Amino acid sequence: MASIDQSKIRNFCIVAHIDHGKSTLADRIIEKTGLLTSREMQDQVLDNMELERERGITIKAQTVRTIYRAKDGEEYVFNLIDTPGHVDFNYEVSRSLAACDGAILVVDAAQGIEAQTLANVYLALDHDLEVFPVINKIDLPSAEPERVKNEIEDVIGIEAQDAPLISAKNGIGIEEVLEAIVQKIPAPEGSSDEPLKALIFDSLYDSYKGVIVFCRIMEGRVAKGTSIRMMATGAKADVVEVGYFGAGQFIPCEELTAGMVGYITASIKNVKDTAVGDTVTDADNPCDAPLPGYKKVNSMVYCGVYPADGAKYPDLRDALEKLQLNDASLRYEPETSIALGFGFRCGFLGLLHLEIIQERLEREYNLDLVTTAPGVIYKVHRTDGEVIELTNPSNLPDPSQIEYMEEPVVSAEIMVTTEFIGSIMELCQTRRGKYLGMEYIEGTRALLKYELPLNEIIYDFFDALKSRSRGYASFDYELKGYELSELVKLDILINKEEVDALSFIVHKDSAYDRGRRMCEKLKEEIPRHLFEIPIQAAVGGKVIARETVKAMRKDVLAKCYGGDITRKKKLLEKQKEGKKRMRQIGSVEIPQKAFMSVLKLDDD
Amino acid sequence: MMTEKGPENKKLGIYIHIPFCIRKCLYCDFLSSPASEGERLRYIEALCQEITIESRCYFDREIQTIYLGGGTPSILSGEWIERILEKVYLHYQVRKDCEISMEVNPGTVTADRLTAWKRAGVNRLSIGLQSASDRELKALGRIHSLADFLHSYDMVAGAGFTNLNVDLMSAIPGQTPAAWQRSLERVLHLEPAPKHISAYSLIIEEGTFFYENRPELPDEDSDREMYRITNDILSAAGYQKYEISNYAKPGFECRHNISYWRRQDYAGFGIGAASLINNTRFRNTADRKAYEDYYLETSPDNTDGNKKAEGRIRGSARRENGIKEEQHALSIEEQMEEFMFLGLRMSKGVSPAEFCRCFGRPLEEVYPGLVDDLCQKRLLRRRKEGETGEEWIALTDYGVDISNYVMAKFLIT
Repeated sequence: MASIDQSKIRNFCIVAHIDHGKSTLADRIIEKTGLLTSREMQDQVLDNMELERERGITIKAQTVRTIYRAKDGEEYVFNLIDTPGHVDFNYEVSRSLAACDGAILVVDAAQGIEAQTLANVYLALDHDLEVFPVINKIDLPSAEPERVKNEIEDVIGIEAQDAPLISAKNGIGIEEVLEAIVQKIPAPEGSSDEPLKALIFDSLYDSYKGVIVFCRIMEGRVAKGTSIRMMATGAKADVVEVGYFGAGQFIPCEELTAGMVGYITASIKNVKDTAVGDTVTDADNPCDAPLPGYKKVNSMVYCGVYPADGAKYPDLRDALEKLQLNDASLRYEPETSIALGFGFRCGFLGLLHLEIIQERLEREYNLDLVTTAPGVIYKVHRTDGEVIELTNPSNLPDPSQIEYMEEPVVSAEIMVTTEFIGSIMELCQTRRGKYLGMEYIEGTRALLKYELPLNEIIYDFFDALKSRSRGYASFDYELKGYELSELVKLDILINKEEVDALSFIVHKDSAYDRGRRMCEKLKEEIPRHLFEIPIQAAVGGKVIARETVKAMRKDVLAKCYGGDITRKKKLLEKQKEGKKRMRQIGSVEIPQKAFMSVLKLDDD
Repeated sequence: MMTEKGPENKKLGIYIHIPFCIRKCLYCDFLSSPASEGERLRYIEALCQEITIESRCYFDREIQTIYLGGGTPSILSGEWIERILEKVYLHYQVRKDCEISMEVNPGTVTADRLTAWKRAGVNRLSIGLQSASDRELKALGRIHSLADFLHSYDMVAGAGFTNLNVDLMSAIPGQTPAAWQRSLERVLHLEPAPKHISAYSLIIEEGTFFYENRPELPDEDSDREMYRITNDILSAAGYQKYEISNYAKPGFECRHNISYWRRQDYAGFGIGAASLINNTRFRNTADRKAYEDYYLETSPDNTDGNKKAEGRIRGSARRENGIKEEQHALSIEEQMEEFMFLGLRMSKGVSPAEFCRCFGRPLEEVYPGLVDDLCQKRLLRRRKEGETGEEWIALTDYGVDISNYVMAKFLIT
């Protein structure tokens, strides 16, 4: 691999709406180019984490290099960069795209263009990528490839008539895709003789090698011993190893030169030093300016994470530390709750990111967690002029000290078939959406544009959208900024005691409704006790809703004879075990999952 | 009703399981199913073998009670019941005044069977009526009507059986407290009135038809109202509640069932039958074929059987033949837990002095503050009894309603 002809390199990614078959196509490309035999193929090679396979989503960018012998007899090096597919990871997607020269646009032959298709394809076009479409799932009975081709041309405005018609699942049309990659995607530009300029598009922490930086060399070259500097973070290190990506393994090589995609290790201890989007240069011979587009990623969603068993606090801290080594976008700081004890306030890119971290903590670190209602960052302008970024509702200052508050707002695009426009607009209305406009696509579908407060969409908006459109609506958003809003803190009192971990910030017009439903939900979650338990929702000390958990009336085993004893005892043990999983608030035992109740308020 | 503990305990109850019925009731989670005559016969033969072989383990025991349950033991022909009990008399020391109960289903009683049961020594019959409403009987999937029951009851009483129990069930789908009261009253008007009434509220158990097809049940408040009605009506009629769901005229409490709640040793024969011997619990396999194959191929002279039996007598290693399953030697803590949660089922409750005699530690030391706490919550009450003024602790009425909550508190581990 000493010298690779730059003109024979193809750096590309695949963009698609979720479920349109991106990962499956990636697998076929890897399989057909002979990197792995089909027997060695485990489905979806690029989705490494157990969690990714299970959920069928890509969380971290993955990259693989394969060699393809094209019909012209030449061998080409393919660097396939698999990008995360979810709006939470938008920034990672954009950096991965910046590492490519072209993109394959996968569109489902039955479903056609969806909101994420558009979002991703525009993102790709913004990065000046050469985009060519392929129509996937042509073997489905409901496939309409001709209609979809026209749709692509009309809506996106890219040539689609000769788009390969494929079935990634059944391996149909893959050859055609491989040839199209060679012909349609340009070879990388940039000179290896210029000073080093490489884009970091991902990084991961390895306990032996330290941080492994995934990068695309734009200009110059890097090899073992090169002294490098990250231009944004300023971190410096000497390169220990460079290489490229085999299937699931790192293959060292002599050097990386302009146009190549590979990795660098340099005994860097912390992924924070290798921020995605940063530019790597030669410390001794730096390039004149960093690559454009770097920004610091900010958490959008916050929630409290507590160990179910208070004694596991140190374990939780260790687990978060380890996860952060690999995930620079995870934020956490210690906090204390009266109800839940010691825990952490954690910041995430979005709700999916939150769920993933929570699941990984539970699975990989075997922790039992209680999480509080997710919230966004509010800007609280105090009367003394100070501005607080509020991530924990409990820290809201007294209303008399608040001049005004602001909340984050996103601009959202929702793609929906015309029959559901009414109900989706109604949904956006109830979520305090500001209607911006609508575009018809193909006569049967429309793209709705709204401005929505982020706190209205973080829990269950996506589910509500799906249920109101029989699963057809698709959704994409980006943060627009902060806007003035009339917000209040809703407190929950259980048996007259305020439970800090259940408080949340809500728009004043929704407070009554949310409070009422929260009380109803908690009534279902809290088991009967020996006494009656009032559940109240209050704003500023004024009770706005109330429910009552009635006292326990009946819990008895009518029969217990010789053959029943062992089994009945197990039942009692289970009952006792259930109690251990409760939190004691005053004299009331509250099940852990009640703290997540606010997530399930909208069961319409 | 003192618990005698340890290997020196010479008393034993015997439970014999007949896993056959005409049709499975919708709420039934017992090991039972319809079977052909030939199948039943093969089972009874194996059962007789088991009774014979196992007797070696119990040669020093005096049999206090025998209970034939099911299933429906009364669907067997009378001679078979005789054969089974003869095996017991032949191989065990059975007390003269041994209580010998048998479960009877209405509609399965014949003159021949009655004669045979008498001859076999059965002296207590438990008749499963469940409800005096034909609509409710249907809702439960019972095979008989009220008229069938009345006919059977007359025959049983006519044959001279006097120690009779009637099973009733409350909280049946669609049942109102008033309807429940009618069932109770109908039973009290029987001539002669039964000496014993078991009144259960329906529990939906896993593995039953009702579990899969959950019926609409009376709500908690109606359920508890029915429980009160039961107590009021039956105590007015001279029955005493001696356990959560059992009522009897004085002196007619079921001794066999009491032995379960007082943790006296019992040996269970037949498939699925549970035993408690020297503080080890175990259970026969539920696999009828395996059970029959095992016992039909094992003769009483089988040396292997002898060796195993000796092990049993020493109260240690049990046979590992795949027939006796779920063997579990109870730790002291588990024995204490059982002592409490079984004892508290009885209206008389538990005696701290007895606890201390059994386990060598005061109740208060094992459960510090717990009894006081539960008394304060009006779930338990303390009572002095007899000339000695021995203290007993029992559930209050409210404590019975939520007895699982109370009993779970007595689990140690």
